[in-house]
Amino acid sequence: MNPPLPDKSGPFTHAPNSVQQTMLTVLLALSPATLFNAYLFGWPAILLFVVTVASCITIEAVCLVLAGRKVQAGLADGSGVLTGWLLAMSLPPWAPWWIGVLGAVFAIALAKHAFGGLGQNVFNPAMVARVALLVSFPVVMTAWVSPQPLFSAGAPGLAEAAAITFGEYSVDAVSAATALGHVKTELSRGISVTQSMPQVPGLIDMALGLRAGSFGETSAVLILLGGMYLMARRVISWHIPATVLGSLFLLGTLFHAVNPARFADGSFHMFSGASFLGAFFIATDYVTSPVSKTGQLIFGIGCGVLAWVIRTFAGYPEGMAFAVLLMNALAPIIDQYTRPRLFGRGRDGQPLPLKEDA
Amino acid sequence: MKFYSIRGGVHPNYRKDLTSERPIVAMPLPERLFIPLQQHIGAPAEALVEAGDRVRKGQLIARSQGVVSAPKHAPTSGVIEAVSPLTAPHPSGLAQATIILVPDGKDEWASLPDPIAEPFDALPAAICERVAQAGIVGLGGAAFPSAVKLGLGRQHRLEILLINGAECEPYLTCDDRLMRERAKEIIDGARLMAHALGVPRVIVAVEANKPQAIESMTRAAEHFAEVSVIAVPVQYPTGSAHHLVLALTGRETPAAKRTADVGVVVHNVATARAVQQAIRHGRPLTHRVVTVSGGAMRAPNNIEAPIGAPVGSLVDFCGGFSTPPRRLVNGGPMMGEPLASLDVPVVKGTTGILALTAEEVGEQPASPCIRCGSCISVCPCGLSPVELAALIRRDRIDVAGKLGVMDCMACGSCAWACPSHLPLVQYFNYAKGRLNAEALAQRKIERTRTLVEAHNLRQEKAVAASQAVAAARKTSQPRLQATEVVE
Amino acid sequence: MLIDVGSLTIMGVALGGLLGTAARFLAVEEDPLEEELKAMLPGSQCGQCGHVGCAQAAAALARGEAPVTLCPPGGKAVAEALAKKLGISADLSEHTEKAAEFAYIDEDLCIGCTRCLKECSVDAILGANKLMHTVIAEACHGCGKCALVCPTEGIVMRPLPQTIALWHWPKPDISH
Repeated sequence: MNPPLPDKSGPFTHAPNSVQQTMLTVLLALSPATLFNAYLFGWPAILLFVVTVASCITIEAVCLVLAGRKVQAGLADGSGVLTGWLLAMSLPPWAPWWIGVLGAVFAIALAKHAFGGLGQNVFNPAMVARVALLVSFPVVMTAWVSPQPLFSAGAPGLAEAAAITFGEYSVDAVSAATALGHVKTELSRGISVTQSMPQVPGLIDMALGLRAGSFGETSAVLILLGGMYLMARRVISWHIPATVLGSLFLLGTLFHAVNPARFADGSFHMFSGASFLGAFFIATDYVTSPVSKTGQLIFGIGCGVLAWVIRTFAGYPEGMAFAVLLMNALAPIIDQYTRPRLFGRGRDGQPLPLKEDA
Repeated sequence: MKFYSIRGGVHPNYRKDLTSERPIVAMPLPERLFIPLQQHIGAPAEALVEAGDRVRKGQLIARSQGVVSAPKHAPTSGVIEAVSPLTAPHPSGLAQATIILVPDGKDEWASLPDPIAEPFDALPAAICERVAQAGIVGLGGAAFPSAVKLGLGRQHRLEILLINGAECEPYLTCDDRLMRERAKEIIDGARLMAHALGVPRVIVAVEANKPQAIESMTRAAEHFAEVSVIAVPVQYPTGSAHHLVLALTGRETPAAKRTADVGVVVHNVATARAVQQAIRHGRPLTHRVVTVSGGAMRAPNNIEAPIGAPVGSLVDFCGGFSTPPRRLVNGGPMMGEPLASLDVPVVKGTTGILALTAEEVGEQPASPCIRCGSCISVCPCGLSPVELAALIRRDRIDVAGKLGVMDCMACGSCAWACPSHLPLVQYFNYAKGRLNAEALAQRKIERTRTLVEAHNLRQEKAVAASQAVAAARKTSQPRLQATEVVE
Repeated sequence: MLIDVGSLTIMGVALGGLLGTAARFLAVEEDPLEEELKAMLPGSQCGQCGHVGCAQAAAALARGEAPVTLCPPGGKAVAEALAKKLGISADLSEHTEKAAEFAYIDEDLCIGCTRCLKECSVDAILGANKLMHTVIAEACHGCGKCALVCPTEGIVMRPLPQTIALWHWPKPDISH
């Protein structure tokens, strides 16, 4: 018998990995936090999650058809599901259904496929959608609710939830402020951080996720668990999460020490808002972050610093999405300046000099 | 022992257990041997035989042409059937001049050159000459003429001879078995090479996953203070000469230079043994150990095969294929090249013949790059494969060249690690080929230009000369000119 | 108002003056483009481009009257170099390059007339009066002038053989 034609050069062995497997690993890592928050925010959150993910898959399929690509292969890689999942996690849990659908259009059609599909987009699709929604529908996108665990007294049942997600039900009745939002609002009323801080949940509650916030961002512990799993599976490295959280914490601690009345402390910054979700799952997005480890360090620090600056000085209480998007724009240029040194060459690309004594 | 860290590298599935416990065996002579004239880096050898000639084992049948070249010897006695172009063991499937030898089954030795009696008293040049005559080339796969590398002591101040027994390619066990079974010969060969090079120190580097080989080599080297056997960490591609030198000595060979420029010469263990055979017994290189392995091979084995034996004869000796292989590979799975046919011969640089199943190969259709950066993390050369591949895909090969694509040693780590299953190595091979072709074309144009200039100059001179002659005639014999023109 | 007009006028005059001076002092003596282009061409005056010689071809290129792909012996390498020099993004993927050729003399047909010898601008043909000629394949750059003048049509242009040394992997063919 004749061997197969040599139509391809080596290597003829491969690591047991694929894009699909990578995406599925990330989804698995997101599951604990997602399940916990589904429990925490109840049926309306679950419905919104389903709507958002389903819309992303549908729009992904439509875009693949329009682009003339292989639909099945394009859907199977799981990138559309992941974008939808992350988008759902960054929405207010009781937001109406059309927020999820519109977000899917922003994320998949505009932020991803308009740039050329998987791997070509400059900006993180989920964050583009979140920011676009936040800017367009500021009221709906900041209507937070306090945790109302499934089956607990007063928590909406499935029928009520359908009314919240698909009907005209107003969330105002149960609205709550996020910790970051509360501090910001009080500060604008002239109430110092030191005075407003006792009204936000304690650090333990914040870390566990027993607080108001986006659907998937509240539980720092469970997100950390997922992040650790991703690191163990070598899907992500420590570089981006450590620098995002580290720079956020350092800046917070430093300025808090200088003026405790004006600046919230470092651990508050770390455990509030989308810090953990952003550090482990948003900023680490392969496509939109730098490829080299040095680049990732710079990128992570940039995200952390910008998030702190926006939280502290800008009009919005939370800045993680903006920070990531701004750093996304810088990723290509960071890549260009952080290429590794070539073997046997100096940083300038010239061959290393020969030592005379060698 | 301190190891200097090396960037990148991967840990592929080694699967050496398929053949690591199989002792080296000889194989029956095939019906025909196909001995290509070019099995090495450098100029092809020139055939000294023609159809009908009777040759004996070890007889010179093709001589080297130029300094960087290697002669060929008959692996057995027999009759030359032809010298003609035949398919080469090369992915192109192109033909090259090949000597076809029909063995007569007698395996009669030709008269060999005498062994060098006291080689450690002999001149280094004498050792080099014998190695050159024996047709020895780097048996680790690169097939660079060994005598040229042994002569480096004349131009460089060398300190270390590094005997490379890392064998980091998955599946391959030919060096492992040779170290277990012929340790004394290898150590003797290494010391002879050290003598030829004039270096005071020999280091034998073996990956730590070969404990028996390390043990037998250590035992063989225990009486020689200058020889040390070192277990190096298991990581692909530790066996790359430049990287092995860096790991052991901390010396980084500058780009476009040789390890000799940092005082180290690297030779493969099998090469050391071939040198020993040539010096101590006068035997030229006519056989080599080949690992025949892979999930689709019925009975994987380590075979001492005559150079020129068709790949098919080795496969048959191993019981043929148990299932149709997805890929037939010449060499290891990381850097080996696909084989177009079972009729191509084993050559001096053939380390392995692998018949791999679809599961072992793990091929998947390529999907878009997700910029995960794995390729950058694993590249031992510090390249950015993600960026290079994107450039080459858009045919911006000149930019890829500026970013160092020519520094790629095609180790395959990036393509191995790529979750999108992109054929990164092929992108780089293509770009390197294009850049080489462009350099050649540029050289040709420059050559043409100098030739044209020389031509024009000559013509101008000729015209000037004829004018001068005409002018001279005009003054002396003005009438003759007319007749000349008529002619 | 007056200050605005005045300052703008002064700025205009000053900058205009600067530009004018610069143009005078930094002026290039003569357009070197033609010379540079000529240096890029093989210089064998083979005439395959339809121009008399390489100098004329370079002039046509400089005027933008000839395509960068005009030079068959130069092939893709020259075309790319010319495109780069002229700042044209020539689509060379469409440009089907004529395979590199060399002249081959049919020994049975050669009558030893030496016409090809005189025609060859790279002195790649060996031979003498009434003696058979041969071509040094390494020196021949495939312009084909010799084949045109051969009275017996004994010179044919043959494609250079594909060799293992020159072979390289093709570009991967990927569609997602």
